[in-house]
Amino acid sequence: MPVVLALVLLGFGALVYLLGGGNAPRLAAVGWSEWRHAVAIFLVCAFAALALERLGFRLTIALSLAFLLGVVEHKGFAVTAAVSIVFAGAAFFLFDTFLRVPLPRGPFGL
Amino acid sequence: MTETLSNLALGFSIALSPPILFYAFLGCFVGTLVGVLPGVGPLAGISLLLPATFGLDATRAIVMLAGIYYGAMYGGSTTSILMRIPGEAASVMTCIDGYAMARKGRAGAALTIAAVGSYLAGSASVVGLMLLAPPLALFALRFGPPEYFALLMLGLLVLAYMSSGSMLKSLAMATLGLLLGMIGIDQMTGYFRYAYGVVELGDGIGVVPVAVGLFGLAEILATAGLATPPQVVKPRLRELLPTRQEWRESAWPIGRGTVLGFLIGIVPGSAHIIASFVSYAVERKLSKRPEEFGQGAVAGVAGPESANNSATSGAFVPMLALGVPSGPIPAVMLAAMMVHGVAPGPLLIKQQPELFWGFIASMYVGNVVLLILNLPLVGLFVNVLRVPYPILYPSIIAFCILGVYAVNGSVVDVWIMLMMGVLGYLLRKLGFETAPIVLGVVLAPMIEMALRQSLAMSDGQYSIFVSRPIAGTLLLVGLILIILGLKPLVTRGLDWRARLALAEKGQEQP
Repeated sequence: MPVVLALVLLGFGALVYLLGGGNAPRLAAVGWSEWRHAVAIFLVCAFAALALERLGFRLTIALSLAFLLGVVEHKGFAVTAAVSIVFAGAAFFLFDTFLRVPLPRGPFGL
Repeated sequence: MTETLSNLALGFSIALSPPILFYAFLGCFVGTLVGVLPGVGPLAGISLLLPATFGLDATRAIVMLAGIYYGAMYGGSTTSILMRIPGEAASVMTCIDGYAMARKGRAGAALTIAAVGSYLAGSASVVGLMLLAPPLALFALRFGPPEYFALLMLGLLVLAYMSSGSMLKSLAMATLGLLLGMIGIDQMTGYFRYAYGVVELGDGIGVVPVAVGLFGLAEILATAGLATPPQVVKPRLRELLPTRQEWRESAWPIGRGTVLGFLIGIVPGSAHIIASFVSYAVERKLSKRPEEFGQGAVAGVAGPESANNSATSGAFVPMLALGVPSGPIPAVMLAAMMVHGVAPGPLLIKQQPELFWGFIASMYVGNVVLLILNLPLVGLFVNVLRVPYPILYPSIIAFCILGVYAVNGSVVDVWIMLMMGVLGYLLRKLGFETAPIVLGVVLAPMIEMALRQSLAMSDGQYSIFVSRPIAGTLLLVGLILIILGLKPLVTRGLDWRARLALAEKGQEQP
């Protein structure tokens, strides 16, 4: 069945190209102005996936938020530190402590 | 009828118990917050909040998830009216006249009409669900694997046909979803397929990381870099009451929207989006002053808002009675029910009546809760929109990671979400609908099992699908839809789906 589906998908791809290819806008015309933000967010998510079970939930989320707020969005130190630490701590309390959804802990039980 | 009423009484005895009432209230409140946030629609909202229900029993969990679904639908109208930003796709049509009313100083009236219309439509359509689901479930007991295969295929085809934009692209996305759903252990032979040594993939790709990636993360990737903070109109409480004239003008659109929404909701597809679009078109057509549409016509808010809430209940009919999700949101609800050990389908009503009727009754209760919650607390919800987006979106990303990880406690799911996010971002940029992918992922194991069981029944003869009357009829309807969907390619004209796609992009009013 997967082979049949793959062939069907290829067929649809070919049809989309043949029937709409001529009128479609060029790839550059789509508008990619937000690509820098998109790449930064992608990298932060990749870091979170790598670090989640190594550094623990609180540290990983606090670091990810700090990078997004401080480096990507150029927010001040106080705002960045406050939002990152409070959010990571509050989310951990709500889900792990209150709702009993186990979240990973890192070094020093963080 | 007597049996239905006594069952409903049983349902209310469950739904009105304080713990269930509390979870209905909590679900509605959180759902409204989720619906208000641009980019986090009901689909991503339910997926993200699924782990929060793990500690609950099945009834409470499902009541809370249904509350989130309802609340998100309600919340979407708030951003549409006050900011001209649809919190989720079904609110696109409300943006047009809702925001125009807000600019004329009638934001409060628009919000009240949307809330009352949603309440009436939601309550009326639950009656429809209550009356229709049990006989449909009884009929579905006649279904064997060939009928289920035909029904599931029809579901995918209808979704592709009903999606805005090109049917060909939607079918391609549904096929991609089916292909992704093939990953994992082959249920018939026990073979590992496309797992590449990753043990976690043995159970297949979960619907939650796919939904959160395609709808939550992809939205953030696409919008985080756009720094144009929209204006928020803040209504005052004393402005909430519509005038007598506005009530009069909204009465019939609410009635029509309710019936239309419920009927469209039963049909597989992105029902609530289509329902609001069709309702808007109908109201404009029937109006004595069609030129007012787009300039703040009350009917342009009352009709679509009632229709999309009515469609929400309608979508539960095939899910509860047949175990077949009619769109991506019911698909996630189905997955959520399965997580809690509930298998929706013809036997649910018989085997777990307290859950089914408790759920039905909690929908009535949820509608009342939402009405009470939405109007007085509209100021609170609006304040959420005042949090600057550069602070809001990192928090949403953190919730995406948390929600996806918590479902199975697996980092692999976070990677899947990330890949789906990138895929969703690219597909969105290139004008592809991503909803059929989610439905494909959910339906793939069911379709494959039904197909293989059917072929085992017939010694490999494919004629079993046309020789059985129900299966044959369902497949014939699917074939007709394909032909109808391909018609614009021959005539080279804009059909209703193309016009809907344009309206969603805000390029044209329908």
